[in-house]
Amino acid sequence: MTKLEVKNLYKIFGATPNRVMERLKKGQSKKEILKETDHGIGVNNASFAVEEGEIFVVMGLSGSGKSTLIRCLNRLIEPTSGEVFIDNQNIMQCDKAQLREVRRKKIGMVFQNFALLPHRSIEENVAFGLEIQNQKLDDRMKKAHEALELVGLKGYEKSMPSELSGGMQQRVGLARALATNPDILLMDEAFSALDPLIRKEMQDELLSLQSKMQKTIIFITHDLDEALKIGDRIAIMKDGEIVQIGTPEEILKSPANDYVKEFVQGVNRVKVVTAGSIMKPADTLVYTKDGARVAVRKMKDANISSVFMVDKQKKIKGIITIEDTLKLINSGKDDLSEIIDRDINEVSPDTLIEDLIPLFMNSKYPVVVTDEEQTIKGIIFKVSVLAGIMGEEVVND
Amino acid sequence: MIRLPIGVYVEKGVDWLTIHWSSFFVGIKVGIESIINGFEFIYIGIPFVIMLALIAALAYVTAGKRTAIFSVAGCLLIKSIELWEMTMSTFALVTTATLIALLIGVPMGIWMSRSDRLNKYMRPVLDFMQTMPAFVYLIPAVYFFDLGPVPGAVATIIFAMPPIVRLTSLGIRQVPADVVEASRSFGATPKQMLFKVQIPLAMPTILAGLNQTIMLSLSMVVISAMIGSGGLGDVVLKGISQMKIGDGFEGGLAVVILAMILDRITQSIGKSKKQRVNK
Repeated sequence: MTKLEVKNLYKIFGATPNRVMERLKKGQSKKEILKETDHGIGVNNASFAVEEGEIFVVMGLSGSGKSTLIRCLNRLIEPTSGEVFIDNQNIMQCDKAQLREVRRKKIGMVFQNFALLPHRSIEENVAFGLEIQNQKLDDRMKKAHEALELVGLKGYEKSMPSELSGGMQQRVGLARALATNPDILLMDEAFSALDPLIRKEMQDELLSLQSKMQKTIIFITHDLDEALKIGDRIAIMKDGEIVQIGTPEEILKSPANDYVKEFVQGVNRVKVVTAGSIMKPADTLVYTKDGARVAVRKMKDANISSVFMVDKQKKIKGIITIEDTLKLINSGKDDLSEIIDRDINEVSPDTLIEDLIPLFMNSKYPVVVTDEEQTIKGIIFKVSVLAGIMGEEVVND
Repeated sequence: MIRLPIGVYVEKGVDWLTIHWSSFFVGIKVGIESIINGFEFIYIGIPFVIMLALIAALAYVTAGKRTAIFSVAGCLLIKSIELWEMTMSTFALVTTATLIALLIGVPMGIWMSRSDRLNKYMRPVLDFMQTMPAFVYLIPAVYFFDLGPVPGAVATIIFAMPPIVRLTSLGIRQVPADVVEASRSFGATPKQMLFKVQIPLAMPTILAGLNQTIMLSLSMVVISAMIGSGGLGDVVLKGISQMKIGDGFEGGLAVVILAMILDRITQSIGKSKKQRVNK
């Protein structure tokens, strides 16, 4: 179900944004417009839809308009034109009171520099959103304590923000956003101010929290690795425009243009590309009913030295090699089950290359990709793993 | 060179106001007078020993042991040179002027923090109020309110108000933008924002403004003895006019002691607020 939808959103900074809209629609670039009219383009015709329970990452370098875009969603920055729908309610048509209600109940926001209230204790900070809704002290403290426990800060209720480390302060920021139990979390470079180890820890924690909570999360970042790690889908922005939207793999495998291509060049594919996307179809298989001679012929036809064996439902049984099969025939036997090697590596399609590499180090056979029912989905050869790391298609066989 | 008759216009304006707005000024006069009298009645009415204990306790709680000891010693010294009642009457005037300056100045400062335009227009006005030689206020004050403590209080209010206005505005403007934005993102109304976020965070700066306003009031209250506001200023003035150096010095000393006690106490209130946030 679509939770949040943005249609043709524009934000132009300057004195007469509407006049500049015309130039923008005629196709003038951000640079030209800035030079000729002294207007800045924040967001240029952004459209996207975010599904319920999805982590949608907006990625771009500084000045790409990603922070402006996220602020347009709850109108902290007023868009110049366009529409924003949350649960099919048009946010652009809300009056002040309705907008406050949306901000209070539906959206929680986490900020890059935490933006905690320095004069309030941790629990008072977390309860802030509830306090604004005029909830009773007992209720809001109870909810604040629950939220703090969720982010692992139990015991720090009475501390002051300045007594906490950056990572802990951002946990408070997260707890504050969660305390009002919103459907949507807006996270603006939420982990960018943290040092790398803490950042990784927070990313893992967000993912594990998300698996429990199933919020709809819009996450802004300038860090591609972060985007690839936590994003279900990623939108890449440049000069206020969204240049590509897709899953991490789609973006890595088929960049929409040179900009994205250049961007993803340095990415550590080992952590992103999955078995499912580099596997080859299992064209040649022997079945449990097949005899040794059939197996030899199949291997010779396909010019391979070993072949996987499956049953009628294509469930994986094991692997046989050409040498063993020939020996079997020479000794006058025909039953392949005598020589089947059951010691093979099975992986699921969403296994990362990172986890495939060690499997090849300890085995001479290809890896077989199966689903939950052990049905064979495809085969991965060593060379496909290397190609997957390099980001190239294998055109051999 | 043409002589612009600014002085003549000011005189005419003041004349017009005294005639057409007389009931307005009488109203203000009665109001301020009763506040001053009220404070004076309380301060002088409370027995010296109890007052001493109260001051010591306040100084101890806000600023610590040393200030408490200094305050007690200072008050005893004032008592021994027989200027306690005069000091209390000056204190009543300072309290009144500061209170009214706060009541006008803080909302003004808040308003200025929200409007760049008002900020632009008010700044020269505040400069004018603060840098105009203090004596100049005494003349129109007497015109509108006769002689006595009321014109003294009015002149003091005008002279002492700029710091609290300026620093309230500054304090609110210095509240980090991301904190304000975060509050907005949670759906805070402008009023909630002001009272739950902006004013608490601006408080150390506002209190610094309060401290300056009190100090300026005290200096002005002494000058306003020239138009009969009484109190310690009167003692000093008599010392000057009758060439009694000793009396004048004693009066001045009492002013200094009062100033130091007020300064230390109000300053440490602001500091302790800051420390709690940054510790």
